[in-house]
Amino acid sequence: MSLLLDIDHVGKTFLQGGLLSRRSIEAVKDISLQIEVERPEILSVVGESGSGKSTLAAMVLGQQLPTRGRVLFDGVDVASIRSRADRCAFMAKVQPVLQNPFEAFNPLKRVDRYLFATAANFMTANGKPTRQEIEARVDRVLVEVGLTLAEVRGRFPHELSGGQLQRTAIARALIPEPRLLVADEPVSMVDASLRMSIVNLFGALRDRLGLSIIYITHDLATAYYISDRIIIMRKGEVVERGDARTVLDNPQHPYSIALKNAVLTPDFA
Amino acid sequence: MQTEALLHTPKAASEPILAVENLKAYYTTKAFGIDRDIRAVDDISLTIAKGEIYGVAGESSSGKTSLIKTIVGAIRPPLHVVGGSVCFNFEGQAYNIYDLGPDELQTIRWRHLSYIMQGSMNVLNPVRRIKHSFFDFAFAHMGLDRATFWDKVREHLRRLDLDPGVLDSYPHQLSGGMRQRTTIALATVCTPEFIVADEPTTALDVIVQRDVLTMLRDIQRDLGSSFLFVTHDMSVHATVSDRIGIVYAGRLVEEADTPTLFRGARHPYTQHLVASLPKIGDATRRASLSGRPPSLADPPAGCRFHPRCPLAMDICSKQVPPLNPLAPRHRVACFAVSGATS
Repeated sequence: MSLLLDIDHVGKTFLQGGLLSRRSIEAVKDISLQIEVERPEILSVVGESGSGKSTLAAMVLGQQLPTRGRVLFDGVDVASIRSRADRCAFMAKVQPVLQNPFEAFNPLKRVDRYLFATAANFMTANGKPTRQEIEARVDRVLVEVGLTLAEVRGRFPHELSGGQLQRTAIARALIPEPRLLVADEPVSMVDASLRMSIVNLFGALRDRLGLSIIYITHDLATAYYISDRIIIMRKGEVVERGDARTVLDNPQHPYSIALKNAVLTPDFA
Repeated sequence: MQTEALLHTPKAASEPILAVENLKAYYTTKAFGIDRDIRAVDDISLTIAKGEIYGVAGESSSGKTSLIKTIVGAIRPPLHVVGGSVCFNFEGQAYNIYDLGPDELQTIRWRHLSYIMQGSMNVLNPVRRIKHSFFDFAFAHMGLDRATFWDKVREHLRRLDLDPGVLDSYPHQLSGGMRQRTTIALATVCTPEFIVADEPTTALDVIVQRDVLTMLRDIQRDLGSSFLFVTHDMSVHATVSDRIGIVYAGRLVEEADTPTLFRGARHPYTQHLVASLPKIGDATRRASLSGRPPSLADPPAGCRFHPRCPLAMDICSKQVPPLNPLAPRHRVACFAVSGATS
């Protein structure tokens, strides 16, 4: 059994304040988590605001270095990556999808530019890629998410709907053929009628491309719908973990129970 | 513990506190000599009874916020009202919003009509203590001396389970949920008869969301106010609203009592919206709707939903379906449902 991602007793402390009033905030306390190579899965990370979900994601992406413990990706400690080549190789395998697609793209730049730039940066295995190679790859990932290059080419972010833009962001993340996507609240800004299409897309990517996805959300209903495993976080700690359906059907920890009870369902109507 | 519905209080048909008739409001932009109309509110009629919570649902850029802005008279160019009327009835006196001058509008705002804006946890002035915001907003409208005013504010905060100590805090010292509850307290301190809430719980996590909704229920119960409640989250509507209107691309496509809307929706868009809601304990596959919401600058002719509609017929692309009553308190704008008679 080899591990794709091994989060090993990781903690993160932020220091706040100056010389006289120094405070430390423990955003993440001692979290361990593994994703296996052979078993691609969607892992939901659920919890209230300020529970450390996004800090955990930032550490997986290598944007924050853990204060304690290690994050190993494919056996390599993320904190030990130094050279640009190593960093590119790492980024090719772990890609982010951000919360708000309208903020992720510069409103003054055409959307396709991000796709071409990502392709040019990562398709360097056989030397510099040609224009045709880049376009072919971009078109292929766009088809993967249910769009075509013709729909996206030359468009500015405001010309696309939130759902299309979020699909474009996911397509961009797929360009380097990653093994892991870290999606931080990817559907909270997407319209109701398009939300399920994004969530269904995650399921399809897992089944078709064997991609593992860390799905950070506070929407328990979509977590139940799509994910294989779930961890519930509170104040930097994991309070409950396990199979998503088992945990949410019958939560054990008082906080998980409170969280489930606070979920509003259409059944109240 | 299973959560109970928060708000449903059946309403006898009483005189409407708000009557909106054939309201049309467009954003007009002039660029390079070309006029473009964005038809954000297109021919919407609705009434809201006293003490009722009317929910407006729809996706982003379907014109929900524009509808609210035109209803409360907060109209700034390029938005302008093209036709229709908005008539409030406060204490037996009728107010037609568009006939009022700025001074008269000012007298009914906050006192009778209050507006909880989108992202309202960010409306508090970040460099002043919260008590200054309360003073600036509410003091002039309450007509009380200072001591009584502060007593009243403290009493109101206590009634909403907020520590009056928040008055001495700066906004950044409070959490998002606390700020949101503080702004709701601020919007309701003058005990208005009509409260408009635009996405009051979006961006809050589920537990805080529940607190805020419970608080809105308490206010509604205490004051007997009417609410116009806007959110895209159908689960929130299921919990809060008495009656729901579904807005699609600037038009009202269906309107019914909450239970009817969730159990017996007739418009294909509403049916899709209800069917696509994921639920804990039910992992059956949810279909997603193809296509994208139309651009309001160049909406499809006829029924604006027809390019995505599974029931689309010839007539749908040619004529606009009228919002016909199907049953008492249930109106639908769809030819496939009401028959192509017009």
